[in-house]
Amino acid sequence: MRNPQLNAAGDLTHLLTLEGLPPEIILRVLDTAVPFASIAEREVKKVPLLRGRSVFNLFFENSTRTRTTFEIAAKRLSADVINLNIGVSSTSKGETLLDTVDNLVAMNADMFVVRHSQSGAPHLIAAHLNRMGRTHVHVVNAGDGRHAHPTQGLLDLFTIRHYKKDFRELTVAIVGDVLHSRVARSLIHGLTTLGTPEVRVIGPKTLIPSAVQSLGVHVHHDMREGLAGCDVVVMLRLQSERMRGALLPSTGEYFKHYGLTGEKLALAKPDAIVMHPGPMNRGVEIESAVADGDRSVILPQVTFGIAVRMAVMSILAGA
Amino acid sequence: MLPDALPDAEATLRALADRMRGAVAFDAKFVGIYSGGAWIAERLAQLIEGNHAVGFIDVSFYRDDFSRKGLKPEVKRTELPFEVEGATIVLIDDVLYTGRSVRAAVNELFDYGRPARVELAVLVDRGGRELPIEAAYAGVRLAVARNLSIVLSRNGEGKLLLGTEASGA
Repeated sequence: MRNPQLNAAGDLTHLLTLEGLPPEIILRVLDTAVPFASIAEREVKKVPLLRGRSVFNLFFENSTRTRTTFEIAAKRLSADVINLNIGVSSTSKGETLLDTVDNLVAMNADMFVVRHSQSGAPHLIAAHLNRMGRTHVHVVNAGDGRHAHPTQGLLDLFTIRHYKKDFRELTVAIVGDVLHSRVARSLIHGLTTLGTPEVRVIGPKTLIPSAVQSLGVHVHHDMREGLAGCDVVVMLRLQSERMRGALLPSTGEYFKHYGLTGEKLALAKPDAIVMHPGPMNRGVEIESAVADGDRSVILPQVTFGIAVRMAVMSILAGA
Repeated sequence: MLPDALPDAEATLRALADRMRGAVAFDAKFVGIYSGGAWIAERLAQLIEGNHAVGFIDVSFYRDDFSRKGLKPEVKRTELPFEVEGATIVLIDDVLYTGRSVRAAVNELFDYGRPARVELAVLVDRGGRELPIEAAYAGVRLAVARNLSIVLSRNGEGKLLLGTEASGA
């Protein structure tokens, strides 16, 4: 069976996950994002590529930042953007997900940007559109459950490439709540596809999924050991809602073992960069001095995220 | 037209430079349209006296055939390392045919500022216009069958070559 993300010609028509995507497609997105990044430096930060197209942001789960960056990206491509806060609309009246989608297609939607707490929801929509022969309607996964957050993975890859050039020479450490993190999963798939020789995950046993080694990563429970010699340190947000499940003793205890401090960062390479997908918990997974320090590229990540999402949307819309 | 009847690209470039010399403003900026136009812009800046800053434009985000063809695989970054506002600009392309690339380039240029004047210089004008666009300077004017594309290439030593290809989509 064909990869549901690709059309008959092998072009990317939906972006659901980085898992299983060939390196050429990932690199094409990263390459295309470079000229889009320079549009942000112009006075007129807009190109007419998606003029007349309608992008629907379907957010079944709250997210201000991701929704905003998708909205900015679509607007800079001259698309019309419609934000639907589904939590408080049709589904609460009992309409099914696919009925909602069909109605929006009837309103001439060209693209859906979907965030859902349920893993697989964007995939379900894409498969439905494919089955109905709606080949001109595209789906972008903006985060589904614990499964994937491919545009975040791509913007992380773009950031790493911007500062570090060649993936094939890098050691990358991902630190924290890997178990609940779709960000970590997408980044791991992207890094391994692009030939990163050493990807490490660092965290307490309760927050590292047991199957993670099958993704080709090295697991460390001692942060100091895991950070040694790294080129890139990716901190994950500690999702405070997870604390309830007794996975962790306390945030103070967590910071002591897995919080990034200047002293721990000194164990990585002297030119190592520090990334974080946001929103940050200062003093929980990262010390303020590091988050605001000269090795931090956390705010450039946000800026690059817009260019990467512009690249994804224009590649999908052109398929 | 047979491929071997195509003029020599280097001689045509010199002819184009001769036409522009003395006619273009001393401080005109030369903006080449990727990829062939970019090579020509760099060469013309060396051949023509004056203070000619060189810029490059990739019109992929402004093309009118996006809905039919999508985005090409390698989009380059537009680089205009000067103020477009108030500048005299010579847009430079390798082959002028329908005029659609030039239309896209003019639109993109105006998203950087309001130039005082924009002119067009091309190595080859092959006729066949679909838009009201003409070149102020052309190296050569040729009549070419519709089923042929004229393609400029550049070899390892930087020498320019003109060739033909059966035109595809």
